Amino acid sequence: MSEETPIPAIHDLGGAARFRCTPVEHDEVPPDAFGKKVDALRQILAQKGLMTVDELRRGIESIPEAEYFALGYYERWLRSIAGLMVEKGMVAKDVLE
Amino acid sequence: MSDGPRFAPGATVRVKDDWPERRGPCHIRTPHYIRGRTGTVVRPLGAFANPEDLAFARPAPKRTLYHVLFPQEPIWHEGRAGDTVMVEVFEHWLEEA
Repeated sequence: MSEETPIPAIHDLGGAARFRCTPVEHDEVPPDAFGKKVDALRQILAQKGLMTVDELRRGIESIPEAEYFALGYYERWLRSIAGLMVEKGMVAKDVLE
Repeated sequence: MSDGPRFAPGATVRVKDDWPERRGPCHIRTPHYIRGRTGTVVRPLGAFANPEDLAFARPAPKRTLYHVLFPQEPIWHEGRAGDTVMVEVFEHWLEEA
Protein backbone atom coordinates (compact mmCIF):
# COMPACT_ATOMS: atom_id res chain seq x y z
CA MET A 1 0.00 0.00 0.00
CA SER A 2 1.25 3.47 -0.83
CA GLU A 3 1.42 6.48 1.50
CA GLU A 4 -1.83 7.74 0.05
CA THR A 5 -3.61 4.57 1.08
CA PRO A 6 -6.07 5.40 3.84
CA ILE A 7 -6.19 3.38 7.01
CA PRO A 8 -8.77 0.68 6.28
CA ALA A 9 -12.07 1.00 8.12
CA ILE A 10 -12.37 -0.98 11.31
CA HIS A 11 -14.22 -3.90 9.67
CA ASP A 12 -11.28 -4.34 7.26
CA LEU A 13 -8.78 -5.54 9.87
CA GLY A 14 -7.54 -8.73 8.22
CA GLY A 15 -3.76 -8.98 8.48
CA ALA A 16 -3.41 -5.98 10.79
CA ALA A 17 -0.42 -6.87 12.95
CA ARG A 18 -1.79 -5.13 16.03
CA PHE A 19 -4.67 -7.61 16.21
CA ARG A 20 -2.62 -10.77 15.79
CA CYS A 21 -2.61 -13.44 18.46
CA THR A 22 -4.92 -11.55 20.76
CA PRO A 23 -7.49 -13.59 22.67
CA VAL A 24 -11.07 -13.69 21.44
CA GLU A 25 -13.32 -11.70 23.74
CA HIS A 26 -16.15 -13.73 25.24
CA ASP A 27 -18.31 -10.99 26.64
CA GLU A 28 -21.69 -12.20 25.49
CA VAL A 29 -24.14 -10.86 28.02
CA PRO A 30 -27.75 -9.75 27.64
CA PRO A 31 -28.16 -6.01 26.94
CA ASP A 32 -28.35 -3.84 30.04
CA ALA A 33 -30.90 -1.03 30.43
CA PHE A 34 -28.74 1.34 28.38
CA GLY A 35 -28.36 -1.20 25.55
CA LYS A 36 -32.09 -1.85 25.49
CA LYS A 37 -32.79 1.88 25.23
CA VAL A 38 -30.35 2.26 22.35
CA ASP A 39 -31.91 -0.71 20.56
CA ALA A 40 -35.39 0.71 21.15
CA LEU A 41 -34.25 4.01 19.64
CA ARG A 42 -32.80 2.18 16.64
CA GLN A 43 -36.05 0.26 16.11
CA ILE A 44 -38.20 3.41 16.32
CA LEU A 45 -35.98 5.27 13.85
CA ALA A 46 -36.05 2.27 11.49
CA GLN A 47 -39.85 2.04 11.72
CA LYS A 48 -40.09 5.73 10.86
CA GLY A 49 -37.90 5.11 7.82
CA LEU A 50 -35.11 7.33 9.12
CA MET A 51 -32.34 4.72 9.12
CA THR A 52 -31.54 1.10 8.24
CA VAL A 53 -29.36 -1.50 9.93
CA ASP A 54 -26.97 -1.28 6.97
CA GLU A 55 -26.52 2.42 7.65
CA LEU A 56 -26.06 1.64 11.34
CA ARG A 57 -23.28 -0.76 10.45
CA ARG A 58 -21.55 1.79 8.21
CA GLY A 59 -21.71 4.32 11.02
CA ILE A 60 -20.22 1.85 13.51
CA GLU A 61 -17.41 0.82 11.20
CA SER A 62 -16.45 4.37 10.35
CA ILE A 63 -15.74 5.24 13.99
CA PRO A 64 -12.01 6.07 14.26
CA GLU A 65 -10.08 3.17 15.76
CA ALA A 66 -9.06 4.79 19.06
CA GLU A 67 -12.63 5.81 19.78
CA TYR A 68 -14.03 2.50 18.52
CA PHE A 69 -12.10 0.49 21.10
CA ALA A 70 -12.84 2.97 23.88
CA LEU A 71 -16.60 2.59 23.38
CA GLY A 72 -18.81 -0.29 24.50
CA TYR A 73 -20.99 -2.25 22.07
CA TYR A 74 -24.16 -0.19 22.42
CA GLU A 75 -22.17 3.03 22.83
CA ARG A 76 -20.91 2.38 19.27
CA TRP A 77 -24.52 1.97 18.15
CA LEU A 78 -25.49 5.25 19.76
CA ARG A 79 -22.47 7.01 18.25
CA SER A 80 -23.50 5.68 14.83
CA ILE A 81 -27.17 6.61 15.29
CA ALA A 82 -26.21 10.14 16.35
CA GLY A 83 -23.87 10.49 13.37
CA LEU A 84 -26.57 9.30 10.96
CA MET A 85 -29.15 11.72 12.34
CA VAL A 86 -26.69 14.61 11.93
CA GLU A 87 -25.83 13.38 8.42
CA LYS A 88 -29.51 13.38 7.47
CA GLY A 89 -30.15 16.77 9.01
CA MET A 90 -32.56 15.35 11.60
CA VAL A 91 -30.48 16.60 14.52
CA ALA A 92 -28.20 19.63 14.64
CA LYS A 93 -24.62 18.76 15.44
CA ASP A 94 -24.33 21.45 18.12
CA VAL A 95 -27.35 20.00 19.93
CA LEU A 96 -25.47 16.76 20.48
CA GLU A 97 -22.31 18.52 21.61
CA MET B 1 -27.82 -9.15 -12.71
CA SER B 2 -30.01 -11.14 -15.06
CA ASP B 3 -27.08 -12.25 -17.20
CA GLY B 4 -25.80 -14.65 -14.57
CA PRO B 5 -22.23 -14.91 -13.36
CA ARG B 6 -19.60 -13.33 -15.63
CA PHE B 7 -16.82 -15.60 -14.34
CA ALA B 8 -16.82 -19.41 -14.24
CA PRO B 9 -15.06 -21.60 -11.67
CA GLY B 10 -11.35 -21.72 -12.51
CA ALA B 11 -11.26 -18.28 -14.15
CA THR B 12 -8.23 -16.14 -13.36
CA VAL B 13 -9.32 -12.76 -12.09
CA ARG B 14 -7.68 -9.61 -10.81
CA VAL B 15 -9.19 -7.58 -7.99
CA LYS B 16 -9.38 -3.93 -8.98
CA ASP B 17 -6.64 -1.82 -7.42
CA ASP B 18 -9.21 0.74 -6.40
CA TRP B 19 -9.37 2.79 -3.20
CA PRO B 20 -12.80 4.41 -2.94
CA GLU B 21 -11.83 5.39 0.62
CA ARG B 22 -9.70 8.15 -0.94
CA ARG B 23 -12.69 9.62 -2.74
CA GLY B 24 -14.98 10.18 0.20
CA PRO B 25 -17.46 8.42 2.45
CA CYS B 26 -18.00 4.81 1.45
CA HIS B 27 -18.49 1.32 2.84
CA ILE B 28 -16.33 -1.26 1.11
CA ARG B 29 -16.37 -5.00 1.82
CA THR B 30 -13.45 -5.86 -0.47
CA PRO B 31 -10.51 -6.31 1.95
CA HIS B 32 -7.64 -3.91 1.39
CA TYR B 33 -5.09 -6.76 1.26
CA ILE B 34 -6.41 -8.33 -1.95
CA ARG B 35 -6.79 -5.17 -4.03
CA GLY B 36 -4.71 -5.41 -7.18
CA ARG B 37 -4.02 -9.12 -6.59
CA THR B 38 -4.71 -12.01 -8.92
CA GLY B 39 -6.70 -15.04 -7.84
CA THR B 40 -8.82 -17.92 -9.09
CA VAL B 41 -12.59 -18.10 -9.02
CA VAL B 42 -13.72 -21.06 -6.92
CA ARG B 43 -17.46 -20.64 -7.47
CA PRO B 44 -20.19 -18.03 -7.84
CA LEU B 45 -22.22 -17.84 -4.61
CA GLY B 46 -25.35 -16.14 -5.91
CA ALA B 47 -26.42 -12.51 -6.33
CA PHE B 48 -26.87 -10.20 -3.37
CA ALA B 49 -27.83 -6.57 -2.88
CA ASN B 50 -24.68 -4.46 -3.15
CA PRO B 51 -23.61 -3.61 0.42
CA GLU B 52 -21.85 -0.47 -0.84
CA ASP B 53 -25.30 0.91 -1.72
CA LEU B 54 -27.17 -0.59 1.24
CA ALA B 55 -24.80 1.19 3.63
CA PHE B 56 -26.16 4.52 2.35
CA ALA B 57 -29.78 3.34 1.99
CA ARG B 58 -29.50 3.75 -1.79
CA PRO B 59 -31.25 1.43 -4.26
CA ALA B 60 -29.00 -1.64 -4.20
CA PRO B 61 -28.98 -3.76 -7.37
CA LYS B 62 -27.96 -7.38 -6.88
CA ARG B 63 -24.37 -8.28 -7.74
CA THR B 64 -22.86 -11.72 -8.12
CA LEU B 65 -20.62 -12.72 -5.22
CA TYR B 66 -17.75 -15.19 -5.69
CA HIS B 67 -15.37 -17.23 -3.62
CA VAL B 68 -11.94 -16.26 -4.96
CA LEU B 69 -8.77 -18.10 -3.96
CA PHE B 70 -5.43 -16.29 -3.60
CA PRO B 71 -1.94 -17.62 -2.89
CA GLN B 72 -1.24 -16.76 0.75
CA GLU B 73 2.47 -16.06 0.70
CA PRO B 74 2.38 -12.76 -1.26
CA ILE B 75 -0.35 -11.48 1.07
CA TRP B 76 0.85 -12.48 4.53
CA HIS B 77 4.52 -13.30 3.84
CA GLU B 78 4.18 -16.44 5.90
CA GLY B 79 2.81 -19.96 5.78
CA ARG B 80 3.73 -23.05 3.84
CA ALA B 81 3.95 -23.49 0.08
CA GLY B 82 0.48 -23.97 -1.37
CA ASP B 83 -1.32 -22.16 1.45
CA THR B 84 -4.23 -20.08 0.19
CA VAL B 85 -6.60 -17.36 1.31
CA MET B 86 -10.23 -17.54 0.20
CA VAL B 87 -12.25 -14.30 0.12
CA GLU B 88 -15.80 -13.42 -0.88
CA VAL B 89 -15.59 -10.77 -3.60
CA PHE B 90 -18.36 -9.05 -5.57
CA GLU B 91 -18.22 -9.21 -9.37
CA HIS B 92 -17.86 -5.45 -9.86
CA TRP B 93 -14.51 -5.66 -8.07
CA LEU B 94 -13.16 -8.32 -10.47
CA GLU B 95 -11.66 -8.07 -13.94
CA GLU B 96 -10.25 -10.66 -16.31
CA ALA B 97 -6.57 -11.42 -15.77
